[in-house]
Amino acid sequence: MMNKQTTVPDQAGHFGQFGGRFVPETLMPAILELEAAYEEAQKDPAFQKELDGYLKDYVGRETPLTFAKGLTEVFGGPKVYLKREDLNHTGAHKINNAIGQALLTLRMGKRKVVAETGAGQHGVATATACALLDLDCIIFMGKEDVRRQKLNVFRMELLGAKIVSVDQGEGTLKDAVNEAMRYWVANVEDTHYIIGSVVGPHPFPKIVRDFQSVIGLETKKQFREVENKLPDAIVTCVGGGSNAMGMFAPFVEEESVKLYGAEAAGKGISSGQHAATLSAGKVGILHGMMSYLLQDEGGQVTEPYSISAGLDYPGIGPEHSYLMETKRVTYAGITDDEAMDGLQLLSRKEGIIPALETAHAITYAQKIAQDMTPDESLVICLSGRGDKDVETVREKLGGSSHG
Amino acid sequence: MGKEKLDQRFQETLNKGDKLFVPYIMAGDGGLDVLNERIQFLEAAGATALELGIPFSDPVADGPTIQAAGLRALGEKVTLRGVMKKLEETKADRSIPIILMTYMNPIFAYGIKAFARDSAKAGVDGLIIPDLPMEEESRLTGDLTQNNVALIRLAALTSPKERLEKIAQKTEGFLYAVTVKGTTGAQTTFAETVGEYIQELKKMTDTPVLAGFGVSTPDHVRQLSEYGDGVVVGSQIVNCFHDNDRETIQKLIQASKKQAAH
Ligand SMILES: Cc1ncc(COP(=O)(O)O)c(C=O)c1O
Repeated sequence: MMNKQTTVPDQAGHFGQFGGRFVPETLMPAILELEAAYEEAQKDPAFQKELDGYLKDYVGRETPLTFAKGLTEVFGGPKVYLKREDLNHTGAHKINNAIGQALLTLRMGKRKVVAETGAGQHGVATATACALLDLDCIIFMGKEDVRRQKLNVFRMELLGAKIVSVDQGEGTLKDAVNEAMRYWVANVEDTHYIIGSVVGPHPFPKIVRDFQSVIGLETKKQFREVENKLPDAIVTCVGGGSNAMGMFAPFVEEESVKLYGAEAAGKGISSGQHAATLSAGKVGILHGMMSYLLQDEGGQVTEPYSISAGLDYPGIGPEHSYLMETKRVTYAGITDDEAMDGLQLLSRKEGIIPALETAHAITYAQKIAQDMTPDESLVICLSGRGDKDVETVREKLGGSSHG
Repeated sequence: MGKEKLDQRFQETLNKGDKLFVPYIMAGDGGLDVLNERIQFLEAAGATALELGIPFSDPVADGPTIQAAGLRALGEKVTLRGVMKKLEETKADRSIPIILMTYMNPIFAYGIKAFARDSAKAGVDGLIIPDLPMEEESRLTGDLTQNNVALIRLAALTSPKERLEKIAQKTEGFLYAVTVKGTTGAQTTFAETVGEYIQELKKMTDTPVLAGFGVSTPDHVRQLSEYGDGVVVGSQIVNCFHDNDRETIQKLIQASKKQAAH
């Protein structure tokens, strides 16, 4: 089977006007070194083989593509399939990237890793990869996220990582990225920054997309095996956008496949309390990249809000900004309350409790399915499982939970 | 105005046998109303040029002191637009050259063209952008050149020789030699290689070379100025203004003057 390749980014890391490398000069040499190391690794069959080995025997790939009978009935339109990234070791897609980048770290002769985390999923995945490959690991996490994701903090510590709680700003993901970048500036010679999504300066958005594209490649193959065609629509959630880019990448050049991304609309876009970067942001520059950004008139980045820590980010991967402007992907905001409905629906109808991030995709899929027919198919990227969120969900459902 | 004003001021100072001393202050720390007075104080105290920081919500190249000053300024609702307006209104009150230090996003939100044009109007002579490596600078160099605003490039301890050479050749006004592998903030000591690094940079450019990041005592000022042409002092000056300790600022500036040198 032929896989059509995307042509972005260009040599300088630009996706149209987006992307690029807006970082202090101190980091530029490390970024160029990473780019060179990655190019070499891509050409080295031994690297790919080693990575594939870990993905298969350690992460548990390939993950199933599950036919969702219950959702198909409820939606009353297309056949619905779920790409089961929740079944990966550590419970989300984040491990695909963490293992890939940890192997790159070793390849560059470095033995120390810094990372940021929001929901803690990327932190857990990174701490896991570092334990496996014997790397030192320090993880920055916003103070507010430390509070709402206690279980993941403890997990990371069990795995031997050092967690630094970040007090700046609102103490969420943006602030954790700032501190991780500052730490990297000061320790760049022996430390690699394993960024957790398709964000940051080039080549990170490309590297993370490539490591995550195993999601889309498997989906394409598996879907062909059962349906002998391409799916008609694919729906993902979008925080920084890594599960989405990994899923979309092998389909972007397949024009018949409609692609959809669900952003976090929090308490509603008109409330101002949301993380719907593409729906409500403006182009700007943050964390080394040019992309859509939630900001005020003067270019100060504003604090996002979402019930889901993994979507609580004011920026978005530059490739998504590009895919929106070129109209290849459709993005829409899903509110906290809508996502809660999606979470409960999947739990009851399929016996799968999804992550709060993923729940946004379930609800968006339900909306899209209204305009689809039974001879069509829709795939949802089930980016992660909901164990980490059970506490938050219980708080939110309050009265309606059973004692 | 602009580039020539910087070049001229630097040359005059060096000709006197003094070293260059560029203090950094955060615009709007303490409110925009104190800005003009602080500029005048620094000019009278003998600073060569002024680096004026624009507050930004996510200053990844800055350590705790400047982060905190930026938050205070944002708390006062200070914007790039407000600072430009203030600088334009008070232009006649100063002769010291003004260099803005700002992250890219406030400029981008302002509009690059409008920003370059208004810089010239407000008497901004130079610009330092810590998150703009040479790979991305073509997005604004045209407009800056047209308005005669110098783009001061930063060299880093981690940059290999070929990069340093390119940076040194491109820079305008002066070459900013970042002297720590890390963010801004007071340091007690510097790596042994710093002297050699500054001397190496001196050979690569005709513009003055100024050491900055971490410079915090009169001894630092003297030591680091020996290798190159002077220093930028940031966090320490910010702290002094915040603590209302102007004497320490005067001492730091005096350390750059000829009679104070050993
Ligand atoms: C399960 C899950 N899905 C999605 C995301 C959002 O990240 P991205 O948009 O990079 O996939 C996260 C982030 O923590 C996550 O844990």
